[in-house]
Amino acid sequence: MTTRSPLRIEPTTPPDESPPMRPSDPLPALPPPKPDPATVPDPVISARSLCVWYGSSMALKNVDIDIPRHKITALIGPSGCGKSTLLRCFNRMNDLIPGARMEGTIKFEGIELADPSIDAVALRRRVGMVFQKPNPFPKSIYQNVAWGARINGYKGDMDELVEKSLRRAALWEEVRGKLHKSGLDLSGGQQQRLCIARTLAVEPEIILMDEPCSALDPIATAKVEDLMDELKEDYTIVIVTHNMQQARRTSDMTACLMLDEAAVQGGHRTGVIAEFSPTEKLFTNPSDPRTEAYITGRIG
Amino acid sequence: MSVVESDNYEPERRARRLAGPLFGAACLLATLTGVVVLSVVLGAVAAAALGHGSQHPWYAIGPNAWKLGRFLVSLTQKFSEDAGFRAGVYGSLWLLALTVLFAVPTGVGAAVFLEEFTPPGRLRRAIQMNIANLAGVPSIVYGILGLALFVRAFGFESFALGRSLWAGALTLALLVLPVIVLATQEALRSVPSSLRHAALALGASRWETVRDHVLPMAVPGILTGTILAVSRAIGETAPVLMVGAAGSIDWIPNGPGDRYTALPVEIYNYAKEPGVEFQSVAAGGILLLLVILLTMNSIAIVIRNKYRVPTR
Repeated sequence: MTTRSPLRIEPTTPPDESPPMRPSDPLPALPPPKPDPATVPDPVISARSLCVWYGSSMALKNVDIDIPRHKITALIGPSGCGKSTLLRCFNRMNDLIPGARMEGTIKFEGIELADPSIDAVALRRRVGMVFQKPNPFPKSIYQNVAWGARINGYKGDMDELVEKSLRRAALWEEVRGKLHKSGLDLSGGQQQRLCIARTLAVEPEIILMDEPCSALDPIATAKVEDLMDELKEDYTIVIVTHNMQQARRTSDMTACLMLDEAAVQGGHRTGVIAEFSPTEKLFTNPSDPRTEAYITGRIG
Repeated sequence: MSVVESDNYEPERRARRLAGPLFGAACLLATLTGVVVLSVVLGAVAAAALGHGSQHPWYAIGPNAWKLGRFLVSLTQKFSEDAGFRAGVYGSLWLLALTVLFAVPTGVGAAVFLEEFTPPGRLRRAIQMNIANLAGVPSIVYGILGLALFVRAFGFESFALGRSLWAGALTLALLVLPVIVLATQEALRSVPSSLRHAALALGASRWETVRDHVLPMAVPGILTGTILAVSRAIGETAPVLMVGAAGSIDWIPNGPGDRYTALPVEIYNYAKEPGVEFQSVAAGGILLLLVILLTMNSIAIVIRNKYRVPTR
């Protein structure tokens, strides 16, 4: 390793220095580095040793993560590594998948989310979700926003709530004259903001976003990202994204998930958290070699 | 560069190019079979119904349709002048209404339970297979079941419904139930699951999700299935005969506890009469039955279009 080809683009750290060679370490194979979640003060959700199973196959292994309050946390990683699975643990949407079960603990404001007997219906009002493909109800814009509030027994003035939610989702000016038109008549980006407005109307504490912009064009994506930035004053946001620029632009903390190599050898796809750090650190100075490989585009 | 001849492929054959149009023509013939045969049959029936004697056009479906079919009770009356279908029309409409009343809530309920509330697994597969098999059971079997269960109540006289409209309608309801369940399941399955997820993620219960989003979106499919099923029931003869529709009666049922006759049963009875006049009476009855069925279907289509939900 003394001479290097001048044509190779070198990573910022020279390769002969990148694996930290500790002379005291007798084992050449490194154990999977344990992410250090303890850097988050006062987390809203905190998961410890979380494992998720779909039937007999393990989808997530030993996940430790703390979701910081009123911040945006991004989950990135290659396809099939369990980002969405982790997201769906937070509002128990995995319950809808037959055979799914959780082990370990996830605490949300004193509630143990891994406990199968908790009221998932009540939980989901407090932990809202925005999906990959905009999925407004085939009803009017007004009904789209009002329905969730109504079934949850909202006692206040519904017109006011609808306007407030649409304003908060930066959609009010565009739809104020056509509240009774179908939500499906809107453009894709508007539909996605309508879905956000609908989620805001039930006053959640956390908003989970599962690749909310992957079906949108760049302009609509920028609007949704601006919106997320405003919303984090009042809400905690967790976003799954395949777009690393988006994660970098929007989030405060980033968790990079990876497939567990031991499981891949055994023919399974099990996700683990490779690294969980402040976004700026993860993208500029990742401590995990797999994360570095992923964000520089060498794997995934 | 020109195309180089290659020996690896067969030279172009005319037969290959002709195969497509030939197949298309064969499919066209297959399509026409149904249409042509149906038109011929309808024409023959109409001709038979309308062509009875030159002085009586519209003989059987004109004023006589509203006569009571009483020729069997008063055999002294020689002919068909008193033959009519009023009792059958009333009986069939009663049956129709009561069958819908029993079968639709039960069928839709069963389908919602299976699709929305039962996790996929062995239990669901077992029920599913049962229902699919029930849909294929011949109608006469339902007739026998209805006779034992509703008409006679296995000999428990106090529960027996006798040969009343109740018994007939319950029997027909059993007959159409599997078809309604299967059609409703199909309609529920076509509702995208993203809609359910959207509702559930807002903190809705399963019941609220089904009531406000899934069922309304499935209504067109449910209606189509129900109407097809009920149309079949209203044309059924065998089970109604079995549970005691009278061959001919000279009164009209006033309530669901009354005895009755049904249009197809009356048609069958007139058709087996030896007198040639009765052939046109039977043909008139067939036209009448068709008119009722087509009216039903048109109403259904109107309702279906009204309920149609805009899709993306």
